[in-house]
Amino acid sequence: MDMSYTPEQIAFRQEVRAWIAKALPQHLRHKAENGGHFEHAEILEWHKILAAKGWAAPHWPKEVGGPGWDVAQRHIFGEELIRAGAPPLSPFGLTMVGPLIIQFGSDDQKKRFLPKILSGDEIWCQGYSEPNAGSDLASLQLRADKEGDDYILNGQKTWTTYAQYADWIFVLARTNSTGKQQEGISFLLADIKNTPGIEVKPFLTTGGTPAFSETWFDNARVPQSNRVGPENKGWTMAKALLGHERTSIGGVADTARWLGVIRRIARDTRVGGKTLMEDAAFRRRLAKIEIRYRTVGMANMRTLAAAQLGNAPGPESSILKIVGTELQQEATELAMDALGHNAMGWFDSPTEAMPEYQLWLASNFNYLRAATIYGGSNEIQKNIISKMILGLPQG
Amino acid sequence: MNFELTEEQTMMTDAVKKFVANESPVTRFRALRNTDAGWERKAWATMGEQGWLAVSFPEEHGGYGGAFIDNALILEQLGHGLVPEPYIASVVLAGALLSRLGNAAQIETFLAPMLEGRTSLALAYAEKQSRYDLSDCETTATKSGSGYVLRGTKVWVLNGHTADVVVVAARTSGASRDKTGLSLFLVDGDAPGLERVRVHGMDGQSTGLLKLSGVEVGADRLLGSEGAALEHLEWAIDRGAAAACAEAQGELSELLTLTVEYLKQRRQFGRPIGSFQALQHRAADMFAEVELCKGMMILAALQVDEKDDARRKASISAAKVQLQTGGWLVQENSIQLFGGIAVTDEQDVGLFFKRVRVLQGLFGDADSHIDRYQSLPSFEGEAA
Repeated sequence: MDMSYTPEQIAFRQEVRAWIAKALPQHLRHKAENGGHFEHAEILEWHKILAAKGWAAPHWPKEVGGPGWDVAQRHIFGEELIRAGAPPLSPFGLTMVGPLIIQFGSDDQKKRFLPKILSGDEIWCQGYSEPNAGSDLASLQLRADKEGDDYILNGQKTWTTYAQYADWIFVLARTNSTGKQQEGISFLLADIKNTPGIEVKPFLTTGGTPAFSETWFDNARVPQSNRVGPENKGWTMAKALLGHERTSIGGVADTARWLGVIRRIARDTRVGGKTLMEDAAFRRRLAKIEIRYRTVGMANMRTLAAAQLGNAPGPESSILKIVGTELQQEATELAMDALGHNAMGWFDSPTEAMPEYQLWLASNFNYLRAATIYGGSNEIQKNIISKMILGLPQG
Repeated sequence: MNFELTEEQTMMTDAVKKFVANESPVTRFRALRNTDAGWERKAWATMGEQGWLAVSFPEEHGGYGGAFIDNALILEQLGHGLVPEPYIASVVLAGALLSRLGNAAQIETFLAPMLEGRTSLALAYAEKQSRYDLSDCETTATKSGSGYVLRGTKVWVLNGHTADVVVVAARTSGASRDKTGLSLFLVDGDAPGLERVRVHGMDGQSTGLLKLSGVEVGADRLLGSEGAALEHLEWAIDRGAAAACAEAQGELSELLTLTVEYLKQRRQFGRPIGSFQALQHRAADMFAEVELCKGMMILAALQVDEKDDARRKASISAAKVQLQTGGWLVQENSIQLFGGIAVTDEQDVGLFFKRVRVLQGLFGDADSHIDRYQSLPSFEGEAA
């Protein structure tokens, strides 16, 4: 057994780090260093820079524009992006629908969609959840009825994150209402900007950002050629995708950044005539959470090492979503506690009462409450572990 | 980065697994727990013949030149059967110190027979007042002629009641809690002036309370240089902590397996209790913590020989904290999910539960390791 990176991997990390430091524009770096929130235009700006370098989709195969990196290189690259605080690219095209089209799409679909996902010329959003189909996603009701060469879509999707900026939406739609509900779902691609009958309504998160939105479909017409994979097989494909999402949203590298932010606050904060960083009780709290971070990090590394050998993610990967998101929340909770009365602040009111880098913390703290819910709530993950790994009987 | 076992490691762990299944299942531990020694020389000899005691020692000391991870893999399997032979005391603690500090004659005399399973060793470091502070040593070694005279009391000495030779930490100079002045001595188990009291522990294993009232040893019994033992003791106790994580891994995994089996069999309200979501989620939590413990067990095992002291300490402390926090979640839920029957001595759950609790308190508990972690210079900087 060996936990160390190879000399090639270490050199790769240095190369990536140096490139990011140079490539990240000054105004974005300022935001990154101060924990600011990236606007859609800024995320797109960074997307185009990465695309020009050929690094926008690290996990795509080389034939469709990926850089040809192995698992470890992708992991290192991801860590370095987060370490630098670079804007996180919209995942819906690059990590969700893109891989699905690569795996299940027709040649025409690949040609039509993949290059623009890669370049950032077309931005995607997801149409999975509905007001009455959250954790029980398979009960979704949005109908897609065949008419001529088209499907006619009627219904409502929610948590269509950043749909207001999207050019396209991928939709799980009901194409058959008889039989098992999982077997009547198809995967459709809709032009959200130019299709009559689609309406997007953004709403604010408790973090104060317009990340969430709802999308209505009122006799919206989508050509059947925009169906990925066979009719009624959308559920199987979507499930494959969710598995993909789960390991990446544990957010272990994000937690490393939060630990850095917490230390910065603690050094800048005085309590009882010394800094908070010198306070024994606070140090123990920070130590405990950092130890948990190392613990989750080891599980992450074991998953990574298994993947590097081409093995399917082992059972430890299914816990990463649960423990990783809980940890992210704990880290922001500790950051809020460290802020003390500065935790009253809000990003829309810069004030000399608090340093700039603390302004967005409360927003992140609030937004990250969603981390244990999205991507399949942690309770759903525990159901999956009980059933698939422990083999416990279903009720 | 690679966490796969080598072919040799796979063969070795399979052999230990077989030994546990055929020769040392939990019933053997049950039978031994009330005997004087608590373990058997015959089984120890088998372990010696198999090479499990020698595996990680350098070839020039009669070992196979493996690494600590091999010890950890063996201990994990031994944990599945609560195998009571003194592997940690003899191999991980005293044996490793002998190999690290011993001269040729000491290695020949004291280490070689242990590696073959003919003798066993112990390390006596803790005292009534010391808790986890290794420098808090009131036992003294006073120069007398060319040798030393040892006086003091050592407590909770693993295998202290039966070891053929005990490595004893004693002060050759300075006051208790001084960082210098600690020395190590090789004391025969039957040395005149040494009284050994067998203390029966919560986990059914015994330890020794050692009263040294004027034990005379020659200069050839000094292990390492005089007055400079503290850093070596810290090193050895960190190995102990990593070993505790490894053995406990087998026991925690056993607790999970027993519990999940029970959830499938036990019926109430007309169906298996494992079909209730409230219990399923607890079982899923147990599974998660067992997996997290496994990662940290590996980390600790791979870092015991890390040259950078602070790095080593940070990793070992982190692993030991996970053993206690994550491990405890597994322990408490195993009993809760079994229900009342788990609190009977007949069920194995309680045996595993108690052994893990003992390992959690050995070589520094979670609080002491959190404290050590935050005192490391690296704690001031960026997260690793």
